[in-house]
Amino acid sequence: MAGTLAEKVWDAHLVRRGTDGSPDLLYIDLHLIHEVTSPQAFEGLRLAGRQVRRPDLTIATEDHNTPTLDIDLPIADLTSRTQIDTLRNNAREFGVRIHSLGDADQGIVHQVGPQLGLTMPGLTVVCGDSHTSTHGAFGALAFGIGTSEVEHVLATQTLPLAPFKTMAITVDGELPPGATSKDIILAIIAKIGTGGGQGYVLEYRGDAIRRLSMEARMTICNMSIEAGARAGMIAPDETTFEYLKGRPHAPEGADWDAAVEYWKTLRSDDDATFDEEVVLAAADLEPFITWGTNPGQGLPLSASVPVPAEIADENERVAAERAIEYMGLTPGQPLREIAIDTVFIGSCTNGRIEDLRSVAKVLEGRKKADSLRVLVVPASARVRLQAEAEGLDKIFLDFGAEWRNAGCSMCLGMNPDQLAPGERSASTSNRNFEGRQGKGGRTHLVSPLVAAATAIRGTLSSLADLDLPDDVDLTSFDGTPLAPLDPRVLLQV
Amino acid sequence: MEKFTTHTGVGVPLRRSNVDTDQIIPAVYLKRVTRTGFEDALFAAWRGDPEFVLNQPAYSSGSVLVAGPDFGTGSSREHAVWALKDYGFKVVLASRFADIFRGNSGKQGLVAGAVAQEDIELLWKVLETRPGTEVTVNLVDRTAIADDVVVRFQVDDYTRWRLMEGLDDIGLTLQHEGDITSFEATRASWRPKTLPAKTLPKVDIEAARPV
Repeated sequence: MAGTLAEKVWDAHLVRRGTDGSPDLLYIDLHLIHEVTSPQAFEGLRLAGRQVRRPDLTIATEDHNTPTLDIDLPIADLTSRTQIDTLRNNAREFGVRIHSLGDADQGIVHQVGPQLGLTMPGLTVVCGDSHTSTHGAFGALAFGIGTSEVEHVLATQTLPLAPFKTMAITVDGELPPGATSKDIILAIIAKIGTGGGQGYVLEYRGDAIRRLSMEARMTICNMSIEAGARAGMIAPDETTFEYLKGRPHAPEGADWDAAVEYWKTLRSDDDATFDEEVVLAAADLEPFITWGTNPGQGLPLSASVPVPAEIADENERVAAERAIEYMGLTPGQPLREIAIDTVFIGSCTNGRIEDLRSVAKVLEGRKKADSLRVLVVPASARVRLQAEAEGLDKIFLDFGAEWRNAGCSMCLGMNPDQLAPGERSASTSNRNFEGRQGKGGRTHLVSPLVAAATAIRGTLSSLADLDLPDDVDLTSFDGTPLAPLDPRVLLQV
Repeated sequence: MEKFTTHTGVGVPLRRSNVDTDQIIPAVYLKRVTRTGFEDALFAAWRGDPEFVLNQPAYSSGSVLVAGPDFGTGSSREHAVWALKDYGFKVVLASRFADIFRGNSGKQGLVAGAVAQEDIELLWKVLETRPGTEVTVNLVDRTAIADDVVVRFQVDDYTRWRLMEGLDDIGLTLQHEGDITSFEATRASWRPKTLPAKTLPKVDIEAARPV
């Protein structure tokens, strides 16, 4: 029978088919752990006298709470320190591999899995973090889980799950210059809404998706949850295999050949049916930003703040009024006139080497707007090393930006990197909820290129607002592979 | 987990849509390593506002939350469910829930019942005109009753059964441990293992300093 990619991966992990309305039991290939959603799960194991069933399919890193400055000093915030210490103790007690702050393999969990070559096509990947959908970029079925489920996976390496519905999202055509994969996903969320994906696994298809690098694909899958979907997937192809080959945990020799042969079967059959289909023309896209307090409240940068009185749906109108008030905006105000206080470049959405490269290319030889603070936070310590090997850190520092150590940082402000009340950010992260980046903080979600242009001008801007030197090729910013991300060469010193 | 069949308690109208888990419990409260004691963190950003519904005496002892559509979106934090439970909520009714939030609720014995939006509006009307009105939630027949308003809610059969029996998921799964072991025996050798650990060469990471 014809199947979708998601169904094929699902079926390959069926330990037990559910009967009489009970869910299927699915095997989990890879369980990623971090300090925030795991302590109560380990405590549950301890209370029940249970072990971690498969420490060899489990890996922990520290990311949400960790400072991005002075990482060699004790963590100043005592509750953060306790949580990190708890993770370290749990990892030791239960025999789980951990990459701690200061380790070259520490970083945001959704960068660590891919860069180690642990994230592969055809896997089931879970983590107590909703942005686990990121790993779907490899053709894995990857989704966020709650702490009770973390405990369940630790104890049994399985999860009882009710089947998802499937939605195909096809993006065809050429992205215009200055538009990126971030703009694709922000446009998708604005189109289907923050609840549009509820109950679905999204599969992104079409030639605009095919042309994207793995980094750009991860950006798209990462924000599937922002459309309400548990997971987003992209069928693996040569770009995927090229990214994986030679990474520390990638299969080798005969295993590699067997894996690639299998991975090539991981695509939705031509006659497979999806429960829902959505189509987007890449050529119609332009840099997209959010004006409100959920990721569905987004518009092209050339637009203006919506006028609530013109919104027919009552719930949406009330939500827009509330968002505009919280964000301190005026209905009808052009988005380009919004002045920004802080530019944050980082997160599991856009903190990867390719993001840093494209930002550096725009910032090189310029100075930041005086009024701004600019934070550049690599997604992982390896990304930081790679950026430094390429001299990107110098470009950021000369520009007037701060070059930080790796972690989730201002994406959610669990560490000291926060917005002050009323402070306004242009952020390459994934959520613009009220208070997300600090109590009273106001967040506009943007692509790395919009973040860079905004950092130069001080107001929300795109590359079109800049006088770029003639030798800067705008088309090279669209997320197609620039130079291969190759820490294997640069870091094997 | 405690068995749940019916519950009667004060209904709290939360007339907001898209209440994400950052609103239910901001990230700064997620640093605790315990599973209880999150009641002070619930809706923390709104609790300072005297107008906020839980700050009004008639609603402050509420245990049935009636919210707008897309409740619990965003982060997977189960702390959102713990905070609601620690405050005293037993039931949340809304027209749509985020998937992860609904799953987390089921694991923790919090009933997340999906109610048609027009019925939510009816409940809001009763609870707002007569603050302090109690809502009776019956999981057996999946109804919620507030005064003369009777609405039906959806909870999937499996979750309902588990909630009514008070069953622990891990215990249920471990009844099939033999199936898990057999499945593991078929796992292809290319599939990754985190141990023994492989990495690129270790390099010292320089600490960034404040500017």
